[in-house]
Amino acid sequence: MSPILLAVLLLAGLGLFAGLILAIASVLMAVPVDERVEAVREALPGANCGACGYSGCAGYANAMVNEDAPVGLCSPGGNEVAEATGKLLGKSGNVVRQTAVVRCGGCEEFTARKLDYHGIPSCRAATQFFGGNWLCNYGCLGYGDCAVACEYGAITIKDGLAHIDSTLCRGCTKCTAACPKKLIVMNDGNVRGVVRCSNRDKGAQTRKACKVGCIGCGKCQRTCEHDAIHVVNNVAVIDEEKCIGCGKCAEACPVKCIDIFN
Amino acid sequence: MNNTSVFAILIGGLLVNNFVLSQFLGICPFLGVSKKLNSAVGMSLAVICVMVMSTAVTYPLYMHVLVPNDLAYLQTIVFILIIAALVQLVEIILRRFIPPLYNALGIYLPLITTNCAVLGVTILNIDSGYTFGQSLVNAVGAGLGFLLAMVMFAGVRERLESAEIPESLKGLPITLVAASIVSVSFLGFQGLFGL
Repeated sequence: MSPILLAVLLLAGLGLFAGLILAIASVLMAVPVDERVEAVREALPGANCGACGYSGCAGYANAMVNEDAPVGLCSPGGNEVAEATGKLLGKSGNVVRQTAVVRCGGCEEFTARKLDYHGIPSCRAATQFFGGNWLCNYGCLGYGDCAVACEYGAITIKDGLAHIDSTLCRGCTKCTAACPKKLIVMNDGNVRGVVRCSNRDKGAQTRKACKVGCIGCGKCQRTCEHDAIHVVNNVAVIDEEKCIGCGKCAEACPVKCIDIFN
Repeated sequence: MNNTSVFAILIGGLLVNNFVLSQFLGICPFLGVSKKLNSAVGMSLAVICVMVMSTAVTYPLYMHVLVPNDLAYLQTIVFILIIAALVQLVEIILRRFIPPLYNALGIYLPLITTNCAVLGVTILNIDSGYTFGQSLVNAVGAGLGFLLAMVMFAGVRERLESAEIPESLKGLPITLVAASIVSVSFLGFQGLFGL
């Protein structure tokens, strides 16, 4: 027999033999897949974004069926998915639609420049280079890593600042992971306002860096009648539970960095 | 090398010629799965299992099928085929009997298929002229070495989590630096037993 034929036959034979053993093993040790898990997974959007807090759509489907996870966690899928999965499992639940908000208001006009970055136009790269263009080390860099990450086209960069269109945002949290400055936070329907600044430097320093940065003066804290806003680490933070959205803090704020949603 | 004692082979695979830290084989799971101690141990056990099983299959196959037919040059491709099939088998068995480990290993389990440490141990067994028994011992030693490296490095990485790392070194860079330092420490075993 020619050596080539022998080699081919040997390899083919080995492959066939291995395949046969695997086929037998997979039949003998088949794991019964819960049909409900499969059906629920089909009903989910399949984006595997992880907004629900599980490892992906399959993980969430499994948790819903076997660990009694609530049905309303799929924010991108919205109420339709919650209904569909709820019907399959005999549960009901509504989605608390989350939207992303940017905790920075420092567009080019307001923020002081410390260097002129000409490297790779991405926030992640710019962060590595002395924290990017701006004197403020906490603010939005404006290269749009979040916009690239967003699959729904909800984020636009205007004047060096990311803007999120809350009608397009589906709450998948991909942008929160993409932002190297961790400026984007999720915000469920109950939140009435956001402080558009994340600068934890002392007031004087913040003032030098950005005209709309929170200087931690505490005026909002004193104005608030519901004890719902506090200065923590030199930046004001709204307490979602207590805030009623009256907007008095926004009026009182000397730098106007508080944004109250209607 | 044929008379090397079992103990020397074991220590050789475990410390002196540690697959990950001295021969730089199997780096992918070493960096990928070493974040948590639990999954590191699970992964290493799966690797040991696959190493021993694939040695047990490939050695006789090489000696009794490939060599008599002058097909020794098919070594690499045949071994890869065998290893791939064995990994699939381990995967099926794990999914059936130890689902938590199966879930924890995730994508890294199929990746053992192309783990060069496994292919490395089967080929090195033959290149070193070991007997069947010695080959099995070497496979166990190499697997234990992998386990040792993984467990040690998982510890290092858990410390790194809470360490204050310069901004530009965070993440993978500091992991690679730490890996090289751990690897340098294994140089200390060089020359032990004349291996």
